[in-house]
Amino acid sequence: MADTFLLEIVTPYRKLLSKEVEEVTAPGELGEFGVLASHTQFLTILKAGEVTYRKGGEAGTFAVGRGYAEVLPDKTTILVDNAESAEEISAEDARAIIAKSEEAFKTLSPEDAEYAATIEAYELAQVRLRVKEKGRSSGH
Amino acid sequence: MPSLKDIKRRIKSVKNTQQITKAMKMVSAAKLKRAQDEITAARPYAEKMLGLITSLASKTSPESHPLLSPRETNANVGLILITSDRGLCGSFNTVLLKTAERFLREKKDSTVSLYLIGKRGMEHFKRRQMNLISSRALGSGRPSYSSAVDTARQVIEMYLKGDLDEVHIVYSQFKSALTQTPVAQKLLPIAAPEATEAEGEAQVEFIFEPTPEAVLSSLLPKYVEVQAFRALLESSASEHGARMTAMDSASKNASEMISGLTLKYNRLRQAAITKELMEIIGGAEALKG
Repeated sequence: MADTFLLEIVTPYRKLLSKEVEEVTAPGELGEFGVLASHTQFLTILKAGEVTYRKGGEAGTFAVGRGYAEVLPDKTTILVDNAESAEEISAEDARAIIAKSEEAFKTLSPEDAEYAATIEAYELAQVRLRVKEKGRSSGH
Repeated sequence: MPSLKDIKRRIKSVKNTQQITKAMKMVSAAKLKRAQDEITAARPYAEKMLGLITSLASKTSPESHPLLSPRETNANVGLILITSDRGLCGSFNTVLLKTAERFLREKKDSTVSLYLIGKRGMEHFKRRQMNLISSRALGSGRPSYSSAVDTARQVIEMYLKGDLDEVHIVYSQFKSALTQTPVAQKLLPIAAPEATEAEGEAQVEFIFEPTPEAVLSSLLPKYVEVQAFRALLESSASEHGARMTAMDSASKNASEMISGLTLKYNRLRQAAITKELMEIIGGAEALKG
């Protein structure tokens, strides 16, 4: 018996996904976690990473920035600043951000206010590249 | 008495103006549609965020986080004012500035620091002796989340340092294309949302990762950002709505003016023809005699 639950990915700009799925994995701050239907109530901070869902043979991956995940038995909501599907990601943009951040790291010290933001952008760009690569290899 | 030529020129110039106002109205209508869509698109995120904060705040004490607990004094008040960059939008900016001035009068016992967004507000306060912390233009295009983040982080930082005891935001709330109401809202400290205990079912305890306090302290600043972003979106939709209405009535006024001028023009032309005819007839009569 395959129980499904509702997965929603929401950003300030739009609702990216609202779909019945069987399984979700997301990058929690304390490590990646998986969710199946009837999971206990759970609220966590997310770090930049990949959110993957599966339903039967169908699967999807999204690159997400920092945010939150709220897990209820019949619904999981992912609240993030940024979320993109593999098709939307531009590899050139991501590479440009990585190059720019690497350049910035040479001059920034961890005490600088910009440091955290740069790391965040850098990590997100890397995740985006990874998701993009995956999307390509799985034949998108 | 203006000559025929003068009136003709007048009609032409009014027609030109009407074309501009019509075009502006159409552009605003398109932009308004987009801005409205953006408000709708941003709603799920904001609502979810409020839901999370509500459920979290009921589980932790309000004093647990500085952004939640009200201060005893309100000697230093911050005010974020969102106006538009451009004019020609009826009374949109006037009412916003009036609301801001009223707010300043109410808070005249405390020091008010201003954060201005939008050129109209900047121009208004340029010559007044005010404590300006930051002012920037709205910029073209749709409001971006990152600009809301910038403003929100700035006030949160000042608030946590103790430089501000309260932060309010004045913006125009979008009701419909015809009505926009200026509102003054308290942004900080966050008024702890009332937990609705009425949900009959027994509440299962949430698991928090890493800890409820850590989640709360990361959520609260985010909430302020979302509020600021929503204010920007609402204000942008209001501006386009106000401009659309203003341009619509301007186009109507122009048509009225054109029809009035055309009537005058035709009358004058007819009078001239009649006068010429009279002269010719008079001349013919004189020859006959």
